[in-house]
Amino acid sequence: MAITTMVGARIHRREDPRLVRGHGRYADDFLRPHTAYMAVVRSPHAHARVRSIDVAEAARAPGVVAVLLAADFKKVLSGTMPVAPAFVPEKKQAPDRFPIADGEVCFQGEPVAVVIGESRYQAADAADLVQVDWEPLPVVMDILQAIEPSSPTAHAGATDNIGWDLTFSPDAEAAFAEADVVVKERILQQRLAPTPMEPRGVLAEWHDADQAMTVWMSSQNPHFIRLFIGGAMGIPENRFRVVSPDVGGGFGSKISPYPEDYLVPAASRLLGRPVKWIETRTENLQNATHGRGQVFDVEIAGNRDGKLLGLKITQYLDLGAYVGTFGAFQACACLLPGAYVWKQVASRTIGVLTNKVPTDPYRGAGRPEATHLVERMVDLFAQEIGRDPADVRRTNFITEFPHSSPFGLVYDSGNYHGSLTKALEIAGYESFRREQEEARQRGRYLGVGISTWIEICGFGPSAGTAPATGGLALTESAHVRVFPTGSVNVFVGTHSHGQGHDTTFAQIVADELGVPYDSVEIRHGDTAEGPAFGYGTYGSRSLAVGGMAVLKASHKVRDKATKIAAHLFEAAEEDVAFDQGHFYVKGSPENRKAFGEVAFAAYGAGLPESIELGLEAVAYFDPPNFVWPFGAHVCMVEVDPETGGVRLLKYVAVDDCGNVINPMIVEGQIHGGVVQGIAQALFEEVVYADDGTLRTGTLLDYSVPTASEIPTMTLDRTVTPSPTNELGVKGIGEAGTIAASGAVINAICDALAPFGIKHVDMPASPDRLWKQIQEAKA
Amino acid sequence: MKHKVTVTLNGRQREDEVEPRLLLVHYIRDVAGLTGTHVGCDTSQCGACTVHLDGRAIKSCTMFAVQADGREVRTIEDMAAANGTLHPIQQAFWDEHGLQCGYCTPGFIMAAAYLLEQNPTPTEDEIRKGLEGNLCRCTGYVNIVKAVQAASRTMSGAAQAADPSAATVAGE
Amino acid sequence: MIPAAFEYARASTVQEASDLLRQYGEDAKVLAGGHSLIPLMRLRFARPSALVDINGIRELDYVVVEDGKLRVGALTRHVDLHRSDVVRQNLPILAEVADEVGDNQVRNMGTIGGVIAHADSAGDYPTIARMLDAEIVTNRRRFRAADFFLAQLTTPLDPDEIVCEVVFPVANGPHKYVKFRRRLFDWAIVAAGAQKTAEGWRIGLTNCGPTPVRCTAVEQALAAGASPEEACQHASDGLEPSSDLRASAEYKLHLARVLSRRAIEQAS
Repeated sequence: MAITTMVGARIHRREDPRLVRGHGRYADDFLRPHTAYMAVVRSPHAHARVRSIDVAEAARAPGVVAVLLAADFKKVLSGTMPVAPAFVPEKKQAPDRFPIADGEVCFQGEPVAVVIGESRYQAADAADLVQVDWEPLPVVMDILQAIEPSSPTAHAGATDNIGWDLTFSPDAEAAFAEADVVVKERILQQRLAPTPMEPRGVLAEWHDADQAMTVWMSSQNPHFIRLFIGGAMGIPENRFRVVSPDVGGGFGSKISPYPEDYLVPAASRLLGRPVKWIETRTENLQNATHGRGQVFDVEIAGNRDGKLLGLKITQYLDLGAYVGTFGAFQACACLLPGAYVWKQVASRTIGVLTNKVPTDPYRGAGRPEATHLVERMVDLFAQEIGRDPADVRRTNFITEFPHSSPFGLVYDSGNYHGSLTKALEIAGYESFRREQEEARQRGRYLGVGISTWIEICGFGPSAGTAPATGGLALTESAHVRVFPTGSVNVFVGTHSHGQGHDTTFAQIVADELGVPYDSVEIRHGDTAEGPAFGYGTYGSRSLAVGGMAVLKASHKVRDKATKIAAHLFEAAEEDVAFDQGHFYVKGSPENRKAFGEVAFAAYGAGLPESIELGLEAVAYFDPPNFVWPFGAHVCMVEVDPETGGVRLLKYVAVDDCGNVINPMIVEGQIHGGVVQGIAQALFEEVVYADDGTLRTGTLLDYSVPTASEIPTMTLDRTVTPSPTNELGVKGIGEAGTIAASGAVINAICDALAPFGIKHVDMPASPDRLWKQIQEAKA
Repeated sequence: MKHKVTVTLNGRQREDEVEPRLLLVHYIRDVAGLTGTHVGCDTSQCGACTVHLDGRAIKSCTMFAVQADGREVRTIEDMAAANGTLHPIQQAFWDEHGLQCGYCTPGFIMAAAYLLEQNPTPTEDEIRKGLEGNLCRCTGYVNIVKAVQAASRTMSGAAQAADPSAATVAGE
Repeated sequence: MIPAAFEYARASTVQEASDLLRQYGEDAKVLAGGHSLIPLMRLRFARPSALVDINGIRELDYVVVEDGKLRVGALTRHVDLHRSDVVRQNLPILAEVADEVGDNQVRNMGTIGGVIAHADSAGDYPTIARMLDAEIVTNRRRFRAADFFLAQLTTPLDPDEIVCEVVFPVANGPHKYVKFRRRLFDWAIVAAGAQKTAEGWRIGLTNCGPTPVRCTAVEQALAAGASPEEACQHASDGLEPSSDLRASAEYKLHLARVLSRRAIEQAS
């Protein structure tokens, strides 16, 4: 009998035929009859008081339905935008935020008025005609200056700019006292714009007769949006539907609720007709939450024999003008000391308010920052003691699992030696070192950088996450429904925005229920369907938590089907076997019933009283732990000291996400993640002028790389199953980004070591590198 | 003041009255109802709006509909055959996992179609350069390049099969 | 994102275009390839009251050689300039540069006349025109390149005056255009062009000041027998580039020296 499993198969995605034909359904593809269009009037100032707003001319403009201000919205919106505890349960201050400014604006782009017009074009024209009388206020831009007592405040009337000042572990003095060597460095994490190719968009329709709201929007977690917006509008969850069909990328920037997510539904309610708002790219770069935005002061202590002892981290986190709903997740950069055994780790995080758009999760959300700083410091330490950086890593790797970190987090499984060895071999590390030496003789500067990364993902266990979200743990739900004629619907609370869940979850269900893969339909993104609450897709959680909910629900269905089959066979349940989609009494495999036959019987007459009709089940999965993928990336570069230009010669990634459901999808996630990490290392940066004006408001100025800037990558894997869940899976969506920036910067520093350059900040653009080389030569 | 435009869109002629400032991409999406062509930026970097104008790949966000008067426009919706068979480029993107969220994909397919028409057997470098006008945030471009390579093999293989003189070359 | 409203007319001859421009007044603009203008309009940095679409003026789309000169019609698209056998045989550096402008889709629409008239010193054609002493011919006047690029985005064009052709000398000796940018489709951070002619080298720089630069000091040093390395130390003489997001003025001056040397060394 041939054994075939869908899990592990490299099958192409079932999402693709409609997407390659241009039949995707993104937010701007939806229209309702009589839809009006919203344009947002935004503050050009980073900090200002609104003296008055004159809407008369705008209101008279052709096609204008209404011009709405804060006072109008307060009729239907109440409260303040939510701030989750995340890793910082107590905040010193988290300024109240109403979705539209009322008197004071605190970042460039903050909404002050909206214009609703019959057409997109008319709304845009009228928005230009709204006249605001501004009183500019002092602007706070630099986080290190912002924490000085003499600094102006990002919010008028506040006493300071400190959102929080939290110490996770107060001291590593003993470890440092013992050490031969201490190396200090300041490491910058520039602000990044997540830049999904699809900007944000919301279409809302208030049904007055039903007192119900429907919203179509681009979101990573429709149920959370329903919760927050419904809460602010006084509309209960059972009369608020959020539909997020195809999402053109998110990367963390479509998690938290935004002002427009409130304003569009509220406008629909006020006007009694559907309202649509679609973001321009300029608005997206200015107003969608930014990632990273941190400064780290780090010290590493160890001995000359290569043994690491202690790490001290102080994180200054640029919060922006308001604390982002999930912004404090970035504080986890202070909780992850990497793949190494330490005696002591001390860390402190300081959240600082500034007059910029808030920061919030962006692919990795704290883990890229952590990996980058640890991998940089390990290289600096290795350089200080004159040892090979790969050797220092090997000397300090955690080898026993489960491993309790200095912060009490438990790493579930790992094989750090395995992935590093493989990566170095594939990359040709030894021969590269020889090549590097020869090149140096000829005045060429080659470098190799390693990044051995770990991450915490699969958010997460209720005990660990409920405090972080203010009560709603980040568990996950699924509903498996088998129809009388055997096809299967699976509703799941995660929400793919490119990760291929329609395919991978169907692979799991096909195996569990033994039904044809093509008979399983995955549905997500619509709060009207499926379980009461779904938690969304971010934090590399969909498979480890969502996939497990799907598995659990599938098991419930299979167990019930077994009961029904037993009844049909007139046998005891424990005597019934299930294999490859068929039930049979043990010992009589030739007399079997297909799953579909049992499904039909589930809806028919003649079932005993002990078996309820129907064949479907809901399951919530509460993981016992987070999961901990890991790997080793190796990057080789050449730096041209004449121009500061960096050429990427080779990139190798060996990653371990436990068991693999679909290798093709895993590789795709790593490719995309690595390129975003490379982009941070070399290309991207959100830049503000001193007065708070955004200078990188177009894709010309904000340098998302093209195919020509990216090298071919070599990928491989190790497989160390996770003991945390039955599937043995971990997450992989963010891994590439977590690893890559450290690998690239370590390579550049390695290349420039002959100049005495120890550290290079990101982005390592040609002008910056050239300047650093000049200064080193002087 | 509105202007009358006559555009041959995916082989069918249509007449509309449009404002001069109506962008071609909005004409395609909102007037003609073809939403496969996407808007991803304001300054013509991202290429999600790429269509063919008289056989050349152009960015429809940087053109006015009135400029397409009397001309032929081809969008992603025209790439698959009438019976639903995917174009080899579409098939290749599917086979090679050349898309994730799919938003940039129609633009890439139209850019790739133009590239392969101009250069049926491009090298990897030529593919990367040929797609420089299109941004992707999900795939890291690795599988997009593989997809274009696969499409190139399929299409030039098919071209060889269709060309009687090629049989002699293959047999030598 | 959405341009402000404007009036629109299509011209089929140069005369008609000029008449329409005059009729609409000072705030009217020519629409050719549109890839300089339309992005500005979408951001509402430019709000012309009217656009005169000259894309239909077939008589402006040509490339011919006449009396040792390469005459390029203003409406010649970058892609066609790059592919033109006439250009490749008579002024190959121009064909090389045409392939470096923007990206593939931009090259299918953008025109040499549009880039010249826009007069952005970060543009590539103005540098070639300046360094080779090209002539810019409008429907009314002829300008030497040195007299055409007055300042950043500033030319002597009257509101109803249209660039009709650019006339280059024929030069098919060793040449190279080195364009340094971060992403392939970016504007040059700095670029350098080198063209060997019978009378000696011509060297030009992109984005090193408010106008395209011809490096006469470098040319003279080379003529006097200096090595490229020595001669190109003069590439930054008298330059006043601006600092921007991509580069400090100091870095641009440095790149001017490095890239001009590389252009000469790589010229073939």
